[in-house]
This record gives sequence, structure tokens and C-alpha cells, in this order.
Amino acid sequence: MTRSWPRRFRGYRLKDNLLAYALLFPSLLLLAVFTFYPMVKVLDWSFYETVLKERHFAGLDQYKHVLQDEVFHKVLRNNVWLALVTVPVSIWLALYMAVWVNGKLRGRSLIRAAFFYPTLIPMIAIANIWLFIYTPDYGLLDKFLGLFGIQGPGWLGEPGWVLVSMMVMLIWKEAGYFMIFFLAGLQSLPQEVYQAAQMDGAGPLRKFRAITFPLLMPTTLFVLVIATTNSFKLVDHLYIMTKGGPNNASNLLLYHIYETAFSFWDMGKASVLTVILLVMLLAVSIFYYGFLDKRIHY
Amino acid sequence: MHRLLNQMVISLLALGFVMPLIWAAVTSITPSSEMLTRSNPFAVTEPTFGNYFKAWETIPFPIYYWNTIMIVLGILMVQLLTLTLAAYAFARLRFVGQGLLFVLFLVQIMVPPDILIFPNYTVMKELHLIDTKWAIMIPYWASSFGVFLLRQTFKQIPYELDEASRVDGCRWWRTLWHIYLPSARPTYIAFSLISISTHWSNFMWPLIVTDSVNNRPLTVGIAIFAQSFETGAQWGTVTAATMMVISPLLIAFFFFQRKFVESFMHAGLK
Repeated sequence: MTRSWPRRFRGYRLKDNLLAYALLFPSLLLLAVFTFYPMVKVLDWSFYETVLKERHFAGLDQYKHVLQDEVFHKVLRNNVWLALVTVPVSIWLALYMAVWVNGKLRGRSLIRAAFFYPTLIPMIAIANIWLFIYTPDYGLLDKFLGLFGIQGPGWLGEPGWVLVSMMVMLIWKEAGYFMIFFLAGLQSLPQEVYQAAQMDGAGPLRKFRAITFPLLMPTTLFVLVIATTNSFKLVDHLYIMTKGGPNNASNLLLYHIYETAFSFWDMGKASVLTVILLVMLLAVSIFYYGFLDKRIHY
Repeated sequence: MHRLLNQMVISLLALGFVMPLIWAAVTSITPSSEMLTRSNPFAVTEPTFGNYFKAWETIPFPIYYWNTIMIVLGILMVQLLTLTLAAYAFARLRFVGQGLLFVLFLVQIMVPPDILIFPNYTVMKELHLIDTKWAIMIPYWASSFGVFLLRQTFKQIPYELDEASRVDGCRWWRTLWHIYLPSARPTYIAFSLISISTHWSNFMWPLIVTDSVNNRPLTVGIAIFAQSFETGAQWGTVTAATMMVISPLLIAFFFFQRKFVESFMHAGLK
């Protein structure tokens, strides 16, 4: 059997092939129906306009409308800012926490739990709690600032502050999750290298820069992909806290899609927005895997 | 010196991290009369469970708990099956198109079903599954994240064990059952805990595909309740309800904390 196969397939066995495809079939079927089919479908819809259940071919018209839409610009800018701030900050914080929680420390498991628990809690529950924390005057934050005689701004009410408030909350939620990945990475680092560095008299900062950080690069890359995807995915809090307001100052792409599709029932525009989001996510991942991956030593 | 400094910084940071939880717990036992008058948000003169009773009366918690548990388990059970099969294929078999299929699986990590809420809603409509628990569960039945996690673990199992069992006349599924499954237990635990907490927490998708109390999970139920309150005096009830949603997860976490963190570390997440 094997002998009649073309050269490049030599070494493959028919039985293995059949078995592999049979084993992969359930997952593949589900991926096809709920990932690939929707992706193709939404691309197709993005070229059609639906008015009173009648579909008209609109070509790139809807893209033109969306790309000229002020609200879209604002939402996109918000989301990009959110990613640019929360992704690096939460990763650095996670790395800092992981390095210290990994070492000798008083109350280590308690501290670890303190960092990790926000990850487990539903975003909806977090939104309920933080909504009250951010409430002007009566909220926990303003009460705390009041001790120092500081009058807080309207954390969720002022366009200039609302996104910052959201960023703080998201970093609080995410950092502990990334910390666990770094902890796992730290555990697998070779101890001999550290002992050698110890004998050379390297300080903790040096050890981190020369050994820990470079060796953790694969973990960092993985966390980077997860963190970036998440920054476009975490939107549940908007439903409770701001509904994207005031004046779209806290609105994000996925929530904008939700509003467009399920409040305004604008299928065409929702499709275009989804396609744009997909392209952005795929581009970022291709950049990470294709570009950064080659610069990282495993 | 720097050790002491870091101990202090990290302890303060940890304190900052638990503050919202402590505050929520305190608020949930504060009577509504004290809610707005108290000057110290952590001081409660007359603690009460009244908020909990009120939340329990207002929100159909038993139905929501039941729905959430059904959904979470309904997702996990199928996931464990699909990802075991796929991970075994990727870890141990050589087949045509392996690289391409690997990339196809990778796409789901970058584009999780949560992003595709709009097209997936129409898929569910075509399948006539709107307002059923199936609609909440099915899109998550395949998990690329789980497949990659488990594949990594399977790869670390020595191949000789495979061959040895084959010589003994075992078919692949017996090898899988008797060798792979037990060796990968930490990974299964880690994945299960992640899956349970993710889907216990999921909100946007269930909000979109359900309309009735009988199919709604806890998160959607409590969000609808939280939207309906008006004054600060009702904070107590809302935080009490929130505590009831998160406590099963927190209790499970504190019980399994060690196991959870350890299994995560052994799971080969590198």
C-alpha cells in the first residue's frame, strides 16, 4: 500500500490517516459549523444590505458607510487604546507578581489566591461590584479619596475618565490569570543556570534580565495572544456599567456589534463590523506568530 | 533589603486586589438604612442577612442555578470527549494535512465563538435552537485551547508505553483509556476548572440566545435584576445576589486552590 504513494507521502500509513481523521471529525465538524461557516457567512452578508427583509447587493457601500462613521472611529479608537494599555500593563504586572509569588514569601498562597480570584468571577458580577466602587461620593473609591480630601471625578460619568476606569478594572481582572501562565513557565526553568548566575554574583535584576525574561519568551508570546484576543472580547461589563456611554466614550467593538445587530437590527452593518474585527484579530495573530515567533529562542 | 521592600509592595498589591471582594461581602450584610449614611464603608453596626433573603425572594435562584449547572456540565462533558480524541490524533498520529488542520484549530483560539455572536445567532436560528440550553452549549463543544493543552501533555508520555501495549495486543482506545487518561489527569483537572469557570461566567452569548427564565443562566438573570434597581439603598440586595452568583466558584477555588495551581503548572503550559 505504502509503496504506491507519491514520494512526499512516504512514511504516512493509511490506517493512521483514517484513524486521525475519524478522531478529529467531531471537533472539525463543530469548528466548521461555529467558526468557519459563520466567518464565511458574515463576509458574504457584509456585501448585502437588508431593508425590510429584502436583500440588495451593496458591494463595498456598507464598508464605506462604516469607515466614515464617527461612532465607529470612536469605538475603534477606544478598543485600540484599551488594548495598548491593558495588554502590556497586565502582562508586566503578572510577570512581577509571578516572579515574587514563585519565590520565598510570607503568606504566599494567600497572596496568590488574592491575585487569582478575580479571574474566576463572572464579569457581570465584577461589573456589579465595581459599579458601586466607582459611584460618585458614596462609592468606595470616592470615600477612600475623601480621607485625603480629594474630590474624585465622575469615574463612569465623565468621557475623559470612563475608559481609564474600565482599564483599571480589566487589569485587575486579567493580571492574575496571566500570572498563572508565568508561574507555570517559571517552574520549568532550569535551576542550574540560576546557580551559575548566583556564583557569578548576579543581582536579582540582572538575573531577571539575563535569564528569566528571555527564557520566558514563549510563555510571554502565548499570553500576548490571549491578552490581545481578550481585549476585544471582554465587553460584558458595558451592559451593566455604562452601555458604552457617556456618548460612546467607553464603547468597544464587540459591544458596538451587539448593539448594531440586536438593538438596531442592522444586519449589513453588524456584518461589516464583525468582518473588521475578524481581520484585526487575525492580523494581530499572524503578526505575533509569524513575526515575533522567529525572534524568540526556544 | 529589596526583599523586604518587595514583600511590602506585593502584600499591599494583594490587599488592593481583595478589597473589592471584602467590600462586596460587607455591603451584602449591611441593612439598607445604613447604606448611604455610614461614613466608613467597612463598618456595619447591625449586620443582617436580610439582603440575601430579599434577593432569594426576588430572583428565581433555584431555576438559574439549575440552568447554569446543566449548561456548564453539558459543555464540559462533550468537550472532554472531543478534545481527548483530537489531542490524541495530533500528539501521536502522522497524517496528511496535519499542518493545515493544526492551523485551522489555531484559528479558533484567535477567533473564539464569543466574537462571532452575530453570525452564530443566525446559525442557531437556522437550526431552530433559539431560546434553548442547546444554543448556549453547542458552540463551545469543541475547544482548540483544550486540544493544544492536552496534546502537549500527551506528547510528554513516552511513546514506548504505546508500543508496549500494542505488543500486548491492546487496541489504541485501550491504550488511551489505561495509559493516556490517567497520566493526563492534572491537565484534565486544570482544563475542567477553566471550562467550568468560563461558562459559569459567560454572559453575552446566553443573553442573546435566550428569552425565558427557564433557559437563562445565573449571569443573565442577575444582570436583568441589577438593571431594574434604582436607588443606592438597594445596593445591599444587588451585592447579596452577586455574592450568591460568585460564591460557588470562590468556594470551589479555595477548596481546590493548591490542586488547581499545581495542575496548571504541571499541565505543560509553556
